[in-house]
Amino acid sequence: MNSALQLAGIRKSFDGALALDGASFESRSGEVHALLGENGAGKSSLMNVAAGLYAPDAGSISINGAPISLSGPASARSHGIGMVHQHFKLVRPFTVAENVLLANPQPHFASGLRDIRDAIKKQVDALKFSIDPDRRIDSMTVAEQQQAEIVKVLVGGARILILDEPTAVLTDAEAVGLLEIVQRLARSGTAVVLVTHKLQDVKRYADVVTIMRGGRTVATLDPRQSTAEELTELTVGQTSALPERTPHQGGETRLNVGALTYTRADGRTMLNNTSFFVRAGEIYGIAGVSGNGQAELAEALIGAIEPSLGEIWVDGAGDIGHAGQARRREAAIAAIPADRYAYALAGSLPIQDNLAVAQIRSGRYGSVFRLDRAAMRRDAIAAVKDYDVQGVRSVKQKASLLSGGNAQKLVIAREFSLEPEVVVAHSPSRGLDARACAAVHQRLIAARERGAAIVLISEDLDEILSLSDRIGVMTRGAIVAEFERPADRQAIGRAMVDHA
Amino acid sequence: MIDFLVNWLANTPVTAAPYALAALGLIIAERSGVLNLTAEGLMLVGALAGAGTCLALGGYPALALVAAMVAASAVSLLFAVLVVVLRINQVIAGLSVVFFCQGFTGLVGTLAKWQNKQLTGLPPLKIWPLSEIPGIGRILFQQDPIVYLTILIFFAVNFLLFRTMLGLRIRSVGENPGAADAAGVSVTLHRIFAIVAGSSLIGLAGGYISVVSVKLWVTGMTGGRGWIAVALVVFARWAPWPALAGALLFGCIEALIPQIAAAGIRVPQYLMLMTPYLATIAVMIWVGTKDSGITQEPGALGQPHVREERR
Repeated sequence: MNSALQLAGIRKSFDGALALDGASFESRSGEVHALLGENGAGKSSLMNVAAGLYAPDAGSISINGAPISLSGPASARSHGIGMVHQHFKLVRPFTVAENVLLANPQPHFASGLRDIRDAIKKQVDALKFSIDPDRRIDSMTVAEQQQAEIVKVLVGGARILILDEPTAVLTDAEAVGLLEIVQRLARSGTAVVLVTHKLQDVKRYADVVTIMRGGRTVATLDPRQSTAEELTELTVGQTSALPERTPHQGGETRLNVGALTYTRADGRTMLNNTSFFVRAGEIYGIAGVSGNGQAELAEALIGAIEPSLGEIWVDGAGDIGHAGQARRREAAIAAIPADRYAYALAGSLPIQDNLAVAQIRSGRYGSVFRLDRAAMRRDAIAAVKDYDVQGVRSVKQKASLLSGGNAQKLVIAREFSLEPEVVVAHSPSRGLDARACAAVHQRLIAARERGAAIVLISEDLDEILSLSDRIGVMTRGAIVAEFERPADRQAIGRAMVDHA
Repeated sequence: MIDFLVNWLANTPVTAAPYALAALGLIIAERSGVLNLTAEGLMLVGALAGAGTCLALGGYPALALVAAMVAASAVSLLFAVLVVVLRINQVIAGLSVVFFCQGFTGLVGTLAKWQNKQLTGLPPLKIWPLSEIPGIGRILFQQDPIVYLTILIFFAVNFLLFRTMLGLRIRSVGENPGAADAAGVSVTLHRIFAIVAGSSLIGLAGGYISVVSVKLWVTGMTGGRGWIAVALVVFARWAPWPALAGALLFGCIEALIPQIAAAGIRVPQYLMLMTPYLATIAVMIWVGTKDSGITQEPGALGQPHVREERR
């Protein structure tokens, strides 16, 4: 069989952080080619390059053996590359036909809409889909919207179909139905690329699998000839040596999360009886495939959402599950949220204001009618020096001018200024370079040495393994397995995928 | 009583036409996702340009109306650059343009000595023999040409937005610029086009007030009609049909004021002049208390678009 899509030596970095490091990939017509890897391995980035959304820094793209260059999504489409994004690119108040027409423009609206409607009906029949071209997207279920996306791409004449985590939003039955259709589509000559982190889907539906790790493609093999253990090992990589540190002393329980349950407004249960405890002087890592409730757990712990049931008990303060931020501060809880720009910093305010705001009610910076700017400035200069925040010309400059790593150091400087007894850190090193990442980890370990109880929620398994004293694996809103340090990486990897 | 009714309804199209034209212009722009608060200012620009052209040429009202459209479009290009290219907050930019236009038209009108000078106006177009039907003839078939043109423009805007590829693109840019961008639609160009095209209608509305309806230029003569048009678009939920109905409603209220005075009914003058604005507030409250799920506001109204890059 001939090569349909070939990517060679693709490199891409975002603001200095390398996302793709010489990744190569080749898919052939008539095959379902799975692209497997953990979150952040670079799967979506690589496929966004193929779909023309990201311009690669280096590397080459070929279609049917002929090198091409892509100037944007429209140019990728003209080469027969169609991508169904994880977050659908559909105009919600439009009908299916209008959305398909928008992506596949015709000279005349009325006749174009008629032709498009016929083309949709043909695709829908061929794929045994159930959607009506005249229904509005916002009246359709997620599974139907996905069908609309696939039809949109196929009506455009795509010979290479890229599906980015297509089953993430589907129920199990819907997922099986979709994957069978995708397999049939490949049999009829389309080159299908299935981006996924689900091992079972790969084993059951893929003809070839390419595994990505850390922005590189590490192996391409036949999933039917390899065991789940082999694939897991390739996906998560080899165990690295753990850094030395003082052995863990079992202190008193500082934080106890009991049967925490949270149901989203759309009725999906994101936390389902989550229970765990964290002792003083301990880092408790929470690992898992993203979307299994980690984000909601972090939000419940820092008070961004209110749990439906269950308790968050903190030593000395009692249940704070429904408490406001003031009571959480009194209970000495520090929060390092995943989205530091949205939840942790006021980007347009000066650095000194961002630092002072945690203690603004303590009287340290004056009373209601008087603000002690000199004290704010003094503390800010000391904190910037202590926490090695780079790129600060003045503590009066806007916090949004700091790079990601330095903004995170600023957040940590503020949160740790109160000597917290409980720390909740959610993906604290996301998007940081190696040096900033090490600095953040050092601060977390220092807090542990001081006796704080730390919850570390992260999708980066390396981070979890190197920092945690105990590790809980989260799946479908519950902790399904716990591991003591030193934990076996393969065992954790298996626990993550077995329940997924 | 019949006379009162016929006089009132015969004047309604003249007062309703500017609301309809301005609201249609705003709908085009806002359907592309640009919150357009410039109407009051652009109507003043249109009114001044129309009156000025009439006075300078000594007539030619049709040409004056074209000048009104061109002038408003030109000023709107400034607004388009501010909000689409430079991505300045659309509320702030809109208000600045209004205040600029208010000051600028006042200045030019005074310097050129165009204030309070009688204009020739447009004679009514009698559609014979329908115009001779008692009552109905005066209300429907003896209006000026722009009233009839407004109806044609209404159908043209409807057709443009809902029956052409260009309309599909404009609406997609207003609902989900990310999806439109991925589909290969230029968000920048479509938004600029929608602003400028819509503003030509707003300019026509202003020119109509000075050249056809009032027949002279007075500083600040639009008197808040642009703001009412902005509210009207919300009330109409960004759809042309309800906007036309709303324009007729406000036209009716405005046409009633001189009729009541002429009939000798003693009502405080300022209370009467206040009624269109009271009606606006009432309509907004009605819209606000309705089921919020059906507001149908364009999904990306007021949001500048930046092609997503990862942080």
